[in-house]
Amino acid sequence: MNTQSPPLAVLAELTHRCPLQCPYCSNPLALEGVDDELGTEEWCRVVDETAALGAYQIHFSGGEPTVRKDLPTLVRRAADLGLYTNLITSGILLDELKIATLMEAGLEHVQLSLQDTSAKPADRIAGMQAAHEKKLAVASLIRDAGLSLTINCVFHRQNLERLGAMIDLAVDLGAERLEIAHTQYYGWAIKNRRALLPSRKQIEAANAIVVEAEKRLKGILLIDYVPPDYYARRPKACMGGWGNQFMNVSPSGKVLPCHAAETIPDLHFDNIRERSLVDIWLGSDAFRRFRGTDWMPEPCRSCERREIDWGGCRCQALLLTGNAASTDPICELSPDHDLIRRLVKSEAGETPPPFHYRRMGG
Amino acid sequence: MNKRRVLNIEAMPRLAPHVHFRFDKKRERWVVLAPERLLLPDEIAVEVLKLCDGSLSIAAMVASLTERYEISDETASKDVLELLQDLTDKGILAV
Repeated sequence: MNTQSPPLAVLAELTHRCPLQCPYCSNPLALEGVDDELGTEEWCRVVDETAALGAYQIHFSGGEPTVRKDLPTLVRRAADLGLYTNLITSGILLDELKIATLMEAGLEHVQLSLQDTSAKPADRIAGMQAAHEKKLAVASLIRDAGLSLTINCVFHRQNLERLGAMIDLAVDLGAERLEIAHTQYYGWAIKNRRALLPSRKQIEAANAIVVEAEKRLKGILLIDYVPPDYYARRPKACMGGWGNQFMNVSPSGKVLPCHAAETIPDLHFDNIRERSLVDIWLGSDAFRRFRGTDWMPEPCRSCERREIDWGGCRCQALLLTGNAASTDPICELSPDHDLIRRLVKSEAGETPPPFHYRRMGG
Repeated sequence: MNKRRVLNIEAMPRLAPHVHFRFDKKRERWVVLAPERLLLPDEIAVEVLKLCDGSLSIAAMVASLTERYEISDETASKDVLELLQDLTDKGILAV
């Protein structure tokens, strides 16, 4: 008898194709090519099974999801089934007609990424000329259409000084929400960590700015703050617990507990082409491996926070300690926590090296 | 939304655009769905949200609730106003 409750949300990564090349991209280093992408019928089945499973929300993401011509079809399918529909986009390929089409299909919410507050540094991060200007124009189109708008910005050593300005910009653009996400160090961001890792001083200033802005902008702008891992005392509750709340479907149909899960080498990930979403959720090896608390070592196993932070992040444990089943070393109680102290000391102070941009073929 | 909306008992709140309030048959509970958000309202909040269709003032909502529940007018006014202000601040309700 399986008592696992259904996921709250499914992230549908429709493609890894993207016009941007952000050096902290959350996609894996081994990007999946267009020839491997699921077809429209297959994605429709993912949408149907997401609803049947009992998830509330579906996030259409990528890569850049709007490169898929069938996006409005998938949005309509999801909305008709009562799923709450979100689009996570760079905005680069959107225009008034496409936005109207998506809205008419039942889209509720657009999460638009900005890389910085002005063109020069923003375009440098995106690795694309005139990207920022286009994004600002698209933000207005999204608001004019009457869609709900979230601005999403990833912060790091090279833009953290403009956090306050980004909050002002989000208000000016009429956004309802701002997601302030410190860089999470996996995949591409690990490759660029020496260029991205902020200093403790920067983090302290940022935390104070967010606290002040949340108070000042109550009822005007909702701020979601993803705190910086490497300066935390306790680990994040990664994905709300492994295999507990979320599923991630890759462009080729692999079903993952989180977008970085493929970095864990001895896990087998089932594919939607071979197994249904509900079957994978309940029965797959990958989802069951670190679900709940049975897999935990000490100090997690007897920790009073074990069902709050769920032992932190498995991918991070693997990346930093070599063992996916160890306590996330972000935790001060981890025997490996010293790794983080040393890492921050050696990397956060140096002159940033050039970026290693996100590109097909690495 | 460049100014915070401060509610009084005359206000007539309704669900904000792109917010869904519905009964989840699978889990047998009421849910509020909003951008990147899931709220699980308690029993009283469910009753209040059902009244938030933009046609009723908060004063009228309070009257309806005090009729059905054993609760004083004063307490109900204070609690309902507080709840609705909080939901408005979170972008769940519009006025």
